[in-house]
Amino acid sequence: MATSLISSGSLTKRALRQAVRVFDVAATPYGVDRYVELVRPSWSSTEVRAKVVGVSRTTDRSVTLTLRPNGNWHGFRAGQYTQLSVEIDGVRHTRCYSMTNAATEGGGRIELCITAQPEGRVSQHLLRTARRGQTVALTRAQGIFTLPDVEPEHLLLISGGSGITPVMSMLRTRCALGWTKPVTFLHYALTASDMLYRDELQAMADTSPNVRLIRVFTDQPGTGDLDGFLSAAQLDGAGIAWTAAEAFVCGPTPLMDSARSLFDQANRGDHLHTEVFTLTQFAAEAGTVDGAVRFAESEIGRESDGTPLLQQAEAEGLKPLHGCRMGICHTCTRQLHAGVVRDIVTGELTNGPDVHIRICVSVPVGDVEIDL
Amino acid sequence: MTTVAEAHGLTPVQLDALEVELEALRARVVSQLGAEDVRYIRRVIRVQRWSEIIGRASLFLGFLPPFWLTGVGALSLSKILDNMEIGHNILHGQYDWTNDPALSSTDFEWDSSCPAKGWQRYHNYQHHTFTNITGKDRDLGYSVIRISDETPWSPANLGNPLYALGLAAIFDHGIMLHDVDVAQVREGKRPWEDAKPALRAGLKKSARLAFRDYIMWPAFTGPLFLLTLAANALANLIRNLWAFIIIFCGHFPSGVLEFTEAECEGESKGHWYFRQMLGSGNITGGRLFHIMSGNLSFQIEHHLFPDIPARRYQQIAPEVREICQRYGIPYNTGRLSRQFGSVIFKIFRFALPSRRTRTGSVPPAPRIEPVELLAA
Repeated sequence: MATSLISSGSLTKRALRQAVRVFDVAATPYGVDRYVELVRPSWSSTEVRAKVVGVSRTTDRSVTLTLRPNGNWHGFRAGQYTQLSVEIDGVRHTRCYSMTNAATEGGGRIELCITAQPEGRVSQHLLRTARRGQTVALTRAQGIFTLPDVEPEHLLLISGGSGITPVMSMLRTRCALGWTKPVTFLHYALTASDMLYRDELQAMADTSPNVRLIRVFTDQPGTGDLDGFLSAAQLDGAGIAWTAAEAFVCGPTPLMDSARSLFDQANRGDHLHTEVFTLTQFAAEAGTVDGAVRFAESEIGRESDGTPLLQQAEAEGLKPLHGCRMGICHTCTRQLHAGVVRDIVTGELTNGPDVHIRICVSVPVGDVEIDL
Repeated sequence: MTTVAEAHGLTPVQLDALEVELEALRARVVSQLGAEDVRYIRRVIRVQRWSEIIGRASLFLGFLPPFWLTGVGALSLSKILDNMEIGHNILHGQYDWTNDPALSSTDFEWDSSCPAKGWQRYHNYQHHTFTNITGKDRDLGYSVIRISDETPWSPANLGNPLYALGLAAIFDHGIMLHDVDVAQVREGKRPWEDAKPALRAGLKKSARLAFRDYIMWPAFTGPLFLLTLAANALANLIRNLWAFIIIFCGHFPSGVLEFTEAECEGESKGHWYFRQMLGSGNITGGRLFHIMSGNLSFQIEHHLFPDIPARRYQQIAPEVREICQRYGIPYNTGRLSRQFGSVIFKIFRFALPSRRTRTGSVPPAPRIEPVELLAA
């Protein structure tokens, strides 16, 4: 079952890739990629890159991109995300977006729905400038928030705002697979006009067997199918058999928190699957000392003491490559996987995921993870 | 004994003020970095890639002299751009702020026998931190050439000019071995075990590049094997001579001073800046010349701000010069012929015994006064 959800590159493409490896020696030290990209920017022998083949602006706050990834994309499972990188003013920024189309769809085509966040540099940029023919960098599909291989007796998909994206893919995949057991799709949006995929969901509920759509518009009570926020009373009142369902929840932190306590209290914690999509690291304030530091490669964690990461790594007995210890030589540059750091020389804040920092002049602000 | 700073009439307070001015200048440039800088470096990279493709392709017709010459020229251009404006500058982390893996100092590898990682360690750290401190800055003299009277003379130094010529011809290998610290291992200052991994990496990389230039591509051209091999060797030689000239002009023309370890111990950032300015020399020239030298023709600006994209050095040079003037710090600049002429002079001069004097730049070479330099 799992393999049917994953489309893969054809054999000829793989043979071509082998040939490329031989030519890599002739193209030492850069590799063949760096020459081929002169003429075909979306081609690469190792990196996942995708060409934008469709752009539609569905609501005035969101844009849906259809992408055709190159052969390094190995398909995805419904609910997974990719890290998309775009360049803004010369700086590459990376954000996670869930695929929204059915995972069964052939041709390796993927769809992403990007909702502009008020402070979201990447989402605002894509909303403004995304165009057909553009090339973007991706990562292979990631995440364990996925539709089960075996059809559950009752599938409960709960989402809030732009958290609709992974569960939308799950619902579409479920329909494409021809599953017929009951599905409840419960969605919270601020207003009716804010709701993504409103018409399509309505159509699916009308035509597909056993799909029940429940809409809640939290800013406009009385306009949706239900009012208020997620609670046992709300679910019970609507006759949703949530204590017998396999539940998938994605949305803002308060929604996730109530789902967690709800299911834990009912002893159904094992049947609740969640996906975080908000960047909590933005909440961290400059000057915060407390927080946890995680050195990912060496699997060491510690409480931050507010000193530069190089010093903290050495305190744990690590010996990272470094030089001047004053931010000049870049010998100690490492990848910040997650979190925010402050440059002690300039005071500038840098946030992950996956940006390069000089650990000799970077102090953590809140929790951080680094490739050390 | 007076320190270099005292000799220039600079008090610690003035050095602090110098620091504030230069940090402000730096902050201004950093705040302006953006799409323009990325477009520029990508354009240089594109030119480099195409010139390599054109160079390699031309050699398939290498039996025709114009094609052979085009091959040599295009490959030399490609290698020089790769080593100077692209490799040197990316490896300094000048484009790390872009977050683009292709421009990242951690991932970049260049067309030089010296592996990027080892070079970063010795060049970026030792050389840029301890610039022109005799005994600590191992860029100084590259261990084989005596270019200062701080180094005691020995009869072996009579070979100075020959060593320099030899070093220039195999410059990239020289840098590779230098980073492995062969000299210090020989003197027993560094255990052999320490140097081994670096040496292995260096040899592996030079073998790979040699295989590419002297076996694989010549073999691709079939009957033209020897012609292609010769063209590739010549391109490597041209790149090496050019890099040698530019790099030696950066630090050793007369007027550039050398510091002792004692006066740099626990120095302030202001003193560090001061030392960077005195330890470097610029070369004047046109736009193409600056690009081909990786903007190391703005060695002073590069040493002040090694991680600012090099194309910005030219913009800030007038301001740096003005700051120098106000603080009475000489700003060493001159034509290539003058700067390289004095390098050659030093190489010959220090082949012979010389008495140790205070500020390094000894005898006949006249001390150039700040005023005169500014007028140059």
